[in-house]
Amino acid sequence: MSVAPIEIERTESAEEVSAVVEPDVPWVTLVHNDPVNLMSYVTYVFQSYFGYSKDKAHKLMLDVHEKGKAVVSAGTREEMERDVQAMHGYGLWATLSQDRF
Amino acid sequence: MAGRFDTLPGGGAAIALDEVEISILRSLAVQLMELIGPGDEPAADADPLAALFAEGPSEPPSDPALRRLFPDAYGDESEELRASAADFRRYTENDLRARKREDALVVVRGLDSLSGESAGEGGVVLKLTPDESRAWLGALNDLRLTIGTRLEVKDEESEQLYRLPDSDPRKPMVMAYLWLGALQESLVETLMA
Repeated sequence: MSVAPIEIERTESAEEVSAVVEPDVPWVTLVHNDPVNLMSYVTYVFQSYFGYSKDKAHKLMLDVHEKGKAVVSAGTREEMERDVQAMHGYGLWATLSQDRF
Repeated sequence: MAGRFDTLPGGGAAIALDEVEISILRSLAVQLMELIGPGDEPAADADPLAALFAEGPSEPPSDPALRRLFPDAYGDESEELRASAADFRRYTENDLRARKREDALVVVRGLDSLSGESAGEGGVVLKLTPDESRAWLGALNDLRLTIGTRLEVKDEESEQLYRLPDSDPRKPMVMAYLWLGALQESLVETLMA
């Protein structure tokens, strides 16, 4: 299941958008479902990298698996770039995006 | 190929491997290193300071397996996001390539360390430290991502893939894929114990 990250449709040009985006709007790291990664491995990654409890890591893994993607962390853009880089290091398919909700 | 990793007392993992298994794993790990390749990063003998500031590629790899190993960090819905993905790739892909190569190298070195020992009935026992276990885990996952991409594994159609007739040219690769999955599963268990 390859699901593209959520993106709100917008009519403004990219330049206008960057001018109005509030700098403190949080960013999120999304992990996307893929057919290869083992469920146990994904749970292991969430536990060992984020330090989440086994229950939380397991629930996040199920969210990824069943909903196609899940928000696994939130913070500044720099922090989310670090998390995405780490997820790629583990072989998980992750992207960051600005949480506009 | 019923081998699986078991937890070692005091940390780490161990697995018994026979000669065929060692040879298949080694060959796959070497192929993975060749696939990951040196990329665009400077040669090993380049000026270290220049190498530190060398930029990686801004375009995703054209090979689908490499694109899966080195995915875009941003969505591609807008020009702005695509530019961010290109920047991110420029600053991170070389590091990521180096790390994945290093993981595969730990696998090759571990297997080569067994070459002096004679494989008995149950094979030779490979012992991994916790650090080596994590490197193996990464390399096994990268191998499965690579082979899974080549086999075009999808959630819905995988069942069919697992029941290929022996005459199908994809059969050996499917067997390797499933075996690596079992190895990885047992190795994850040792790390979560």
